[in-house]
Amino acid sequence: MTVGSGLRHAIAGTKKLPMALSDLANPSRFLAVVEPALPWLAGVTALALALGLNQALFVAPDDYQQGATVKIMFLHVPSAWLSMFCWALMSVAALGTLVWRHPLADVAGKAAAPIGAAFTFICLVSGSLWGRPMWGTYWVWDARLTSVLVLFLMYLGVIALWRTVEDPSRAARAAAILTLVGAINLPIIKFSVDWWNTLHQPASVLRLGGPAIHPTILAPLIVMAIAFALLFVTLHLAAMRNEILRRRVRTLRLMQAQAT
Amino acid sequence: MNLGTHAGFILAAYAVAAVVIAALVAWVWFDHRAQTRVLDDLEARGVTRRSERPQPASP
Repeated sequence: MTVGSGLRHAIAGTKKLPMALSDLANPSRFLAVVEPALPWLAGVTALALALGLNQALFVAPDDYQQGATVKIMFLHVPSAWLSMFCWALMSVAALGTLVWRHPLADVAGKAAAPIGAAFTFICLVSGSLWGRPMWGTYWVWDARLTSVLVLFLMYLGVIALWRTVEDPSRAARAAAILTLVGAINLPIIKFSVDWWNTLHQPASVLRLGGPAIHPTILAPLIVMAIAFALLFVTLHLAAMRNEILRRRVRTLRLMQAQAT
Repeated sequence: MNLGTHAGFILAAYAVAAVVIAALVAWVWFDHRAQTRVLDDLEARGVTRRSERPQPASP
C-alpha cells in the first residue's frame, strides 16, 4: 500500500464515522439498534449486580474501624458517582440540544433526569444511614452533603420543567439551560471536601496517589460500580426508547386532531 | 454474614436502594407497555406516520 492510498483509506475512514453517527442520531435507527440490545444488557446487568452483591455482602471483610457498616459504602459510592456522571451526561446532551440540535439530545437529557434523581436519592439516604452510626448524626449541613442535596433538588427542577412546559422543543431548551447552569455544581461537589472543612471524608478512590482503600474492599466496590453503571445504561436506553415512542404518540394524536 | 450492632442501618440502606431501583425498573417497564399499547391502538384506527404509509405505485 502506498502512502497516497493509505491516506485515501484514512480519509475514507474519517468520512465514514460521521455517517455512522448520524445514522444512530435517527430515532428509528436508534430504536432498531437498542430494542434487540436491551434484553442482553438487562441480563448482563442482573449478573453483574448478583456478583457485586455477593462480593459486597459475603466476601468483603469488615473495616477495622467501621466494622460491618462499610457495606453501606458499596451502595453509597457507586450511586454518588452515578449521580454526578448522570448530570455530566445531561450537560453534554444539553449542549447537543442548544448547539447542534441533535435529534436525540433532548430525549437523552429528559430520560436521564429521573434516573439521576433516583441514584442521588440512594446516595443521600445511604449516606445518612451510614452517618448515624459513624458520625453520630443523620445529617449535617457541610459542603459535601449540602452540594449533593442541591444536585438532587436540581434534578427535581429539571423533571418539573419537563412536565410544566407542554411544547417539547421549548421544554428542551429551558431544561438544557437549567442543566448547563447546574453543571457548575459538579466541581463544587467533587472538590468540596478539599476546599472546606467537612465532616465527610476526602476522596479515597479517585484521587492523586491512587486509592487509599485496601484491595479486599476496593475490588467489591469496583464490581458494584460496574454493576450500577450497567444498570444506568440499561435504564437510560430503555427510558430513551419510551420517550421516542411517547413523541410518536403525541405526533399521531396531533395528526388525528388535525384530520378531524 | 454478621452485620453486628449496626445491622438495622445496613439493612435499611440496602432496602431503600432495592425499593428505588425496583421502582425505576417498574416505571420503565410500565411506561413502555403504555406507549406501545397507545401506538398499537392508533395504528389499528389507521393513524400512522407518513413514513409508515404505503407508497403509491410509481407510473
